[in-house]
Amino acid sequence: MKCDACSNAEASVFLTKVIDGKMQKVNLCPACAKAKGVADPASFQWGDVLSGIGSSHDLERTQKNLKCEVCGFTQTELKKTARLGCSNCYKVFSDALSGMIKSMHKGTSHIGKCPCHFRAEREKKELLSNLEEELKTAVESENYEQAAKIRDSIRILSSKENPKENQPTPASSFPLPLS
Amino acid sequence: MKLSRIIANTGEWLTGDGPQRHIVVSSRVRLARNLRNQPFPGWAKKGERIEVMKKILPAVEGLPEMAESFSEGMESLSPLERQVLVERHLISREHAAKGAGSAVVMNPEQTLSVMINEEDHLRIQAILNGLQLEKVYEIISNADAELEEPLDFAFDETLGYLTACPSNVGTGMRASAMLHLPGLVISEQITKIINSVNKIGLVVRGLHGEGTEAMGNLFQISNQTTLGESETQIITRLNKVILQVIEHEQNARMSLVESRPTMLSDQIGRAFGILGHACSMTSKEALNLLSAIKLGADLELFPEKCRHAVDELLIETQPAHLQKGASAPNMDAEERDTLRASLIRSKLSAIPAPDHSRLPKPPTTQIPD
Ligand SMILES: [Zn+2]
Ligand SMILES: [Zn+2]
Repeated sequence: MKCDACSNAEASVFLTKVIDGKMQKVNLCPACAKAKGVADPASFQWGDVLSGIGSSHDLERTQKNLKCEVCGFTQTELKKTARLGCSNCYKVFSDALSGMIKSMHKGTSHIGKCPCHFRAEREKKELLSNLEEELKTAVESENYEQAAKIRDSIRILSSKENPKENQPTPASSFPLPLS
Repeated sequence: MKLSRIIANTGEWLTGDGPQRHIVVSSRVRLARNLRNQPFPGWAKKGERIEVMKKILPAVEGLPEMAESFSEGMESLSPLERQVLVERHLISREHAAKGAGSAVVMNPEQTLSVMINEEDHLRIQAILNGLQLEKVYEIISNADAELEEPLDFAFDETLGYLTACPSNVGTGMRASAMLHLPGLVISEQITKIINSVNKIGLVVRGLHGEGTEAMGNLFQISNQTTLGESETQIITRLNKVILQVIEHEQNARMSLVESRPTMLSDQIGRAFGILGHACSMTSKEALNLLSAIKLGADLELFPEKCRHAVDELLIETQPAHLQKGASAPNMDAEERDTLRASLIRSKLSAIPAPDHSRLPKPPTTQIPD
């Protein structure tokens, strides 16, 4: 069997992945396996293995001249490396990425651990949307006194900066090592 | 702390006394984290990488676990020192190739290490001996929580932690365990096991990442996907599969003891003979023969105390470790093979020959734990 990446050497590394009944198979020669980092599980990337193999349909049909305004990464780079330039790139290239991410993973949304400040932001968002709902009900039932109270709460809550920004800047709050 | 002092200590995880130690060598978890709106290391210019490193270094060195850490820029480490860290699985091969703007920080026990500017801004890794993935995750999750305070991690509501490669988004977590599976290899069941583990979205690879033909009968099992499952779900699933593989390995060993005791005795005895008398040995041969001695120790053909000697040899006979020990930076492969053989001979001279009488009367219950 020939290597899927170089179609040249004999393949000796066989990778298979089945997720939700969808099977992906890649056969590589030792050189290509090494080049694609099929080594250490701690750094192994299924994305690397797939990059340059077969067609990346999503990349083909989406807009080609996209560029990240934060880091300057382009669609061409994405196609070449199967990597992103910065965290903002995920927004810029979301169309191209969605299919790729879907094919790589078990699901399409994160359900694990979140940073603390993010949890607080999310709680605030939920609280605000609840209050807005209450406000609507109060106005509809012509309970204007109640509506005014709710409006005040909303104003107070939304004027608060989000918890992360509220803290002293990381540099000053973080104890610098003495040594 | 100096690297030489770190290296002089065999890492805590290298001494095989953890849970399920007859089969599981070590458990490892790594997390990928990045700073928001900062170019990822692979795309950043050198100056930007150095800037990011300056932000991250004090945060990492400030972790309570890193009170007496070893912390060094990659450019200050010699190729040999880097290779030693790779052989101990403390940094990746990719990281070993990095220069200015990348760094490594680790605790003296070598159970927690952080690579700065590898493929992601941070690659945090925790490792313990035996099968204890939950505990390893706890260590790493605490470190992560400490770091998110001073560092603004890139996180998205839908995609979770954002990483340089989309194959790591979500949890950014890769959990793995290293298993010693001579029973499944000798009884030729290993391919079947690897295939069935692969089919459920986990990956099996050899010690240094080879395909199915692993050296020293050592295999790593890890999760492949990071999005759509929580950290706990991933670890629970991985653990469950590992326990099944352990059971298969135990069964394979038991049936070999019952049905082919002579073959087993022969393999272990020959390994002991060659290791004890050879004058030149490649690392591949050493690994495979030491695997047989390890199996012999599990089956009580050798006294308990020889287990440590074998575990140490598995680390010390790797090329960079040998060279470091000999403090001869310019050895060629042939010289290393000679040195390797002599190191093994001297260490093995303290171990009595295998007690073959143990084998025809195999324990009727499980392999002792
Ligand atoms: Zn190839
Ligand atoms: Zn970008």
